[in-house]
Amino acid sequence: MVGTMSAVSEVVQRARAAFVSGRTRPLQFRVQQLEGLRRLVREREKDLVGALAADLHKNEWTAYYEEIVYVLEEIEYMIKNFPEWAADEPVEKTPQTQQDESYIHAEPLGVVLIIGTWNYPFSLTIQPMVGAIAAGNAVVLKPSELSENMASLLASILPQYLDKDLYPVINGGIPETTEVLKERFDHIFYTGSTGVGKVVMTAAAKYLTPVTLELGGKNPCYVDKDCDLDIACRRIAWGKFMNSGQTCVGPDYILCDPSIQNQIVEKLKKSLKEFYGEDAKKSRDYGRIINSWHFQRVMGLMEGQKVAYGGTGDVATRYIAPTILTDVDPQSPVMQEEVFGPVMPIVCVRSLEEAIQFINQRAKPLALYVFSLNDKVIKKMIAETSSGGVTANDVVVHITVHSLPYGGVGDSGMGSYHGRTSFETFSHRRSCLVRPLLNEEALRARYPPSPAKMPRH
Amino acid sequence: MDPFADTLQRLREAFSSGRTRPAEFRAAQLEGLSRFLQENKQLLQEALAQDLHKSVFESEVSEISISQNEINLALRDLRAWMKDEKVPKNLATQLDSAFIRKEPFGLVLIIAPWNYPLNLTLTPLVGALAAGNCVVLKPSEISKNTEKILAEVLPRYLDQSCFAVVLGGPQETGQLLEHKFDYIFFTGSPRVGKIVMAAAAKHLTPVTLELGGKNPCYVDDNCDPQTVANRVAFFRYFNTGQTCVAPDYVLCSPEMQARLLPALQSAITRFYGEDPQSSPDLGRIINEKNFQRLRGLLSCGRVAIGGQSDESDRYIAPTVLVDVQETEPVMQEEIFGPILPIVNVRSLDEAIAFITRREKPLALYAFSNSSQVVKQILAQTSSGGFCGNDGFMHLTVASLPFGGVGASGMGSYHGKFSFDTFSHHRACLLRRPGLEKIYALRYPPHTPRNLRVLLMAMETRCCSCTLL
Repeated sequence: MVGTMSAVSEVVQRARAAFVSGRTRPLQFRVQQLEGLRRLVREREKDLVGALAADLHKNEWTAYYEEIVYVLEEIEYMIKNFPEWAADEPVEKTPQTQQDESYIHAEPLGVVLIIGTWNYPFSLTIQPMVGAIAAGNAVVLKPSELSENMASLLASILPQYLDKDLYPVINGGIPETTEVLKERFDHIFYTGSTGVGKVVMTAAAKYLTPVTLELGGKNPCYVDKDCDLDIACRRIAWGKFMNSGQTCVGPDYILCDPSIQNQIVEKLKKSLKEFYGEDAKKSRDYGRIINSWHFQRVMGLMEGQKVAYGGTGDVATRYIAPTILTDVDPQSPVMQEEVFGPVMPIVCVRSLEEAIQFINQRAKPLALYVFSLNDKVIKKMIAETSSGGVTANDVVVHITVHSLPYGGVGDSGMGSYHGRTSFETFSHRRSCLVRPLLNEEALRARYPPSPAKMPRH
Repeated sequence: MDPFADTLQRLREAFSSGRTRPAEFRAAQLEGLSRFLQENKQLLQEALAQDLHKSVFESEVSEISISQNEINLALRDLRAWMKDEKVPKNLATQLDSAFIRKEPFGLVLIIAPWNYPLNLTLTPLVGALAAGNCVVLKPSEISKNTEKILAEVLPRYLDQSCFAVVLGGPQETGQLLEHKFDYIFFTGSPRVGKIVMAAAAKHLTPVTLELGGKNPCYVDDNCDPQTVANRVAFFRYFNTGQTCVAPDYVLCSPEMQARLLPALQSAITRFYGEDPQSSPDLGRIINEKNFQRLRGLLSCGRVAIGGQSDESDRYIAPTVLVDVQETEPVMQEEIFGPILPIVNVRSLDEAIAFITRREKPLALYAFSNSSQVVKQILAQTSSGGFCGNDGFMHLTVASLPFGGVGASGMGSYHGKFSFDTFSHHRACLLRRPGLEKIYALRYPPHTPRNLRVLLMAMETRCCSCTLL
């Protein structure tokens, strides 16, 4: 459904009217919608896989395991737990409020806008939606137009499983997104680039709409001399090259001592061959770049670099070979922007301190990785840097723990979600104090006129 | 000429040096704040009296004590708040260490208002310092006397490499906002809140905005008018009505209004005497501009109580207006003065419809003997906070988050919420190199068999255990 100016407004107004009707308030309604979403995933799995294959060359394994399963788990976790989170939460009382009821009351915000992105176009659009629904909101979805098959699939199947008025899908490119951002929402959830994040927050400021921005950055991956390089490189290769490097929490670049650089290269190569064979182009499991613009951009980042592996691409299929660059100069283009492609630069540093300094000179990343057998190294790296999240001795997986908030800091974003954090992100936690309309005598001391002498404390 | 660049650079360098990280440093800052309050109490009371004609009682209760309580709470719980927060793990991460690390953001800007110039400066400052940030404070230039103490006396009690006060009006604040901060905490009007958020957007700086609105006060037929009048009058005229959470207007039936008016008059007389202008317990309007604005509002509806004003003193009598239309100015803007309009509604439903037609307020009040009525209003409206059968007592409970929603603001603070507001919650998962055989299932080449094994493993556990 392509949005025109008035159509966008109409859709949002309809969602608001549906919210105001109050039908999202009963928990049972929200459970039904979440169950509808779960049915959608199970019944339409083939269609979802088909769209992901067409958009990003995913197969049923990568589609399921890297996207669909996250959504299913989030739905299960939410259905099981959100009633507890939606209940009034009593809080510790003060001496003056002992006779009162004192609690935090969770409420929906109203109409939430979720702007999805293209690299995990199903999970990064629908997973936040799960929390927004559980919190009792209406949700307007704006999937990314770059993953066009998923965008049109969502527009077609969501209304078949969910309330049509409360959870509309608006599709389109920049003009439609600009129109959508002119409407008033009660929360805007955006996943995407730092640049557009600023545009979203500026638009939100006009209405004092709170935002959650899941952005990106260059996620450093420090590999200590004291570590099991076989395992480290296998894990790094897995997280880096999944979805052809198009993962916001993927390790963006490696920092290591020059003495282990060659070993790292060899072990990465070994893992890559195990994963994707000698020619990754022939592997069913290896992804493709989303479009020609990004293809050209990533290919350009390799220029002038020392290529230790890969370095080739095929514009017709938007295939870029798994590529490793060595002795990369921190000033070069590949170290100036988020790679978001299957190119792994290795930058040499001579010490942990130098690595920490290197990281701190740059924008705070969404994720930070450190591989070491030495706990002290890990503790120091975490203590002296900042990032959205951290995994030590692995990559990506901190985002799979429901009880950990998933989000950025600084240029990599603000706010977070997953599990309970999603529910709270999309709720207003309203402070409530309920007193009896009695005990007037006890309160008289607070009224003027104040005593001539103030009581001593 | 950028008057702020050097100061901000200095603070950033201090932050990078790690000075603010140890608990001992932060506790020392909080202790400094405590000494500041204790050693300058009289000075502060005088300043508050000069700025707002605040009584010693009000200064003590709503500025000094409340700030001291926040400091004491932070000192008591600092180390507990700073601890890594362990989180429940799923089956796949049983052998890992999973926790949330609380980290300071870095350089924090606090922009404070004039109505509670001490409390609304110190309370967020407590949170920012406890969380380990370096802080730039921009106190309100409108409450001039308090501003002077905050600029000249307060810094002596803190480590000045990590704390600075900057002064100025809207123009200087605008200039300040062009710089990058790691967090901005703003208390003030929604109009300026938008400006602050737009400025923050340029640097992707997260914000907490404590704004305002028209806080409705519903008075049910089923209640004792005098009890209600005492409570409503006390909270309306406190600080001469210049309180973001004051009851802004009353919604009640005409019958209730008839009973409420004499009760309100009785309360006002008891509180402030026959001549409120000579009562030491009634404050004054902050400045000429607001005085004129409020005097204009006196001609809305009909004056039922009060209505007097004295320009030379910036005095406005505790006033109640009746026969007020929704379209009149007194019902269009936040009053922020000692004027209480009463709007008639014929039922609870009509009151709720009236409230929900408007922007979400910072606070909402409902008075009734029936807890059902109170709960119904709570359930069918939204607001930052809510108090049944009293005024803004909810903000004295530090375990309740204090903040707005919609046009009344975003984010919250007080107590631990302050610490959490000024901290980045960093998700950490520490793994070991072992168990590689299990993780091997996740690596390509992906076979249908692997997928089946994984799915079976997940189904039998039937809970969150993404085996990555």
